[in-house]
Amino acid sequence: MAVLVVAAHDGKTVRANVANAVAAAAQMGPEVHVLVAGSNAGEAAQSAAAIQGVAKVLQAEDAAYANWLAEDIAPLVVKLAPNYSHVVMAADSVGKNIAPRVAAMLDVAQVSEAIQVVSPDTFVRPIYAGNAMATVQSADKIKIVTVRPTNFKAAVGGGSAAIEQIEGTGSAGLSSFAGAELSKSERPELTSAKIVVSGGRGLQSGENFKMLETLADKLGAGLGASRAAVDAGYVPNDYQVGQTGKVVAPDLYIAIGISGAIQHLAGMKDSKTIVAINKDEEAPIFQVADYGLVGDLFQLVPELTAAIEKK
Amino acid sequence: MKVLVAVKRVIDYNVKIRVKADNTGVETANVKMSMNPFDEIAVEEAIRMKEKGAATEVIAFSAGPAQCQETIRTALAMGADRGILVQSDAELQPLAVAKLLKAVVDKEQPGLVIVGKQAIDDDSNQTGQMLAALLGWSVGTFANKLNVADGTVEVKREVDGGLENIKIKMPAVITTDLRLNEPRYASLPNIMKAKKKPIETLAPDALGVDVAPRLKTLKVEEPPKRKSGIKVKTVAELVEKLRNEAGVI
Ligand SMILES: Cc1cc2nc3c(=O)[nH]c(=O)nc-3n(C[C@H](O)[C@H](O)[C@H](O)COP(=O)(O)OP(=O)(O)OC[C@H]3O[C@@H](n4cnc5c(N)ncnc54)[C@H](O)[C@@H]3O)c2cc1C
Ligand SMILES: Cc1cc2nc3c(=O)[nH]c(=O)nc-3n(C[C@H](O)[C@H](O)[C@H](O)COP(=O)(O)OP(=O)(O)OC[C@H]3O[C@@H](n4cnc5c(N)ncnc54)[C@H](O)[C@@H]3O)c2cc1C
Repeated sequence: MAVLVVAAHDGKTVRANVANAVAAAAQMGPEVHVLVAGSNAGEAAQSAAAIQGVAKVLQAEDAAYANWLAEDIAPLVVKLAPNYSHVVMAADSVGKNIAPRVAAMLDVAQVSEAIQVVSPDTFVRPIYAGNAMATVQSADKIKIVTVRPTNFKAAVGGGSAAIEQIEGTGSAGLSSFAGAELSKSERPELTSAKIVVSGGRGLQSGENFKMLETLADKLGAGLGASRAAVDAGYVPNDYQVGQTGKVVAPDLYIAIGISGAIQHLAGMKDSKTIVAINKDEEAPIFQVADYGLVGDLFQLVPELTAAIEKK
Repeated sequence: MKVLVAVKRVIDYNVKIRVKADNTGVETANVKMSMNPFDEIAVEEAIRMKEKGAATEVIAFSAGPAQCQETIRTALAMGADRGILVQSDAELQPLAVAKLLKAVVDKEQPGLVIVGKQAIDDDSNQTGQMLAALLGWSVGTFANKLNVADGTVEVKREVDGGLENIKIKMPAVITTDLRLNEPRYASLPNIMKAKKKPIETLAPDALGVDVAPRLKTLKVEEPPKRKSGIKVKTVAELVEKLRNEAGVI
């Protein structure tokens, strides 16, 4: 039986993490299909068809799907699910919202944030903020799985799957969309950036984050933050890295004025190289840092920016 | 309107957990337990609704062993009116908890159910969404702000790109995110008063719910450790290492 990946998209392209979800799905069954539900989602369906390893794209057009409301998308997935062994979504804010609803409607369990596919029914997933790894086995007929994108190498492009139009399921009439307040940024998206510069409470203000923006722009990096920095209002909520924020695994993660609480480490300790800048040489962040620099960030960050500029 | 809040007993977020030597789970003996932090936010939100006159009664629900009484007491001390404990020593997975919650919802008929977006032990992030599905209700996940008016809830949600606003019909399920509110501490007089508030104890069987786990945990292991790194003395040394040793810039 084939595996169905449910793709989030912006109407133009599917999210980058769909290619990671496809790679994970390919380890669960012989064939991968991708569902692109939306309103005017033709271009997004084409972007899904271009992912290598996708055998077929199902495009469901319905005005109700325009804003990805769980109440409206879940019934469509539930209708398709019996044709599949697995339904897979990336563990982002869309997947986390929709997958459990689908699972409960089907009366099956969900495996959350799988980081490894051991076999088609067995998965490894982090628990306790990544301080333990559980291997879980599902006995359900249809397996609903969200996967952590950073743990699966993205399937490459260049494919040309067929796109099949399918019937929508309409609106459940329970919820409606009332606008978004999205953070605008020219910088690379946090979860797919090769380099991430992250700031914590040590920055002391939103104004001071500008210093990190300058550094990030020099490096072509995405910008992240600790919960404390978000709670204090220095930066928007979508910057939060950690157990209850975003999980990142870039080639380089630079933690500045971040102490390294376990909840923060949960979101970044799979980064290839970690740099920490902190004035407290006992800060736990140094226990995971490959390169630690002890000192005042207000002096060191401008120095670092200048040194990178010189090349 | 009644508001039902779910409060889960979890290992305190400050505790450094240890994986059991036999790889069956995590050491929970003699470990400090607390209310799941997201559930403190849920309780706080419900109490504020009552204080504003939007809710008439706040009921705190917990499922698990007898000690979950303490977690319910904490909610009562914060200001909830009464508690319901579904007592079970079995491993309760999200679908089972959602079914127990549904059975209680059927009995109590609340207008809102508020749960945490995730429990910090199992990190599943499922229960609220599953409950809404079982009830056929709408759901506002990862709530950053709520506004209850005329049979609808306006929910500001924390999503990948920032914030999103939705309007959902009541009755509804809400899952809390970190910025929804700052939970209060219970005062000593309120802790004393909470001792007199009623807690009803039920069994899963009596609610007609099969709680048998659907996922089997084969093993629980330590994550791989990172090799310890080095301290560099200067920015110049750092840049040199990043260029020539790590090759990342
Ligand atoms: C339920 C729950 C979920 C959570 N989820 C997350 C999450 O997803 N992500 C997350 O990050 N946290 C999360 N937390 C919070 C976490 O426990 C910590 O409180 C938080 O990560 C601390 O942020 P911080 O390191 O910026 O602040 P602090 O711990 O206050 O550290 C600030 C650091 O800056 C350093 N510093 C100060 N001034 C300077 C200077 N001039 N130069 C250099 N260094 C300086 C200090 O030495 C200190 O180490 C969660 C907590 C709970 C309870
Ligand atoms: C290896 C392993 C062994 C385990 N063994 C046991 C065991 O022996 N006994 C045991 O009791 N558990 C055990 N658990 C924990 C149990 O599996 C989890 O509690 C369950 O999977 C629920 O997941 P979650 O809490 O992460 O759900 P989430 O969906 O993340 O929870 C979200 C919200 O739902 C509500 N909620 C969830 N559960 C409850 C609850 N019980 N009561 C009230 N509200 C709740 C809360 O509001 C919570 O914030 C074990 C877990 C693992 C991984």
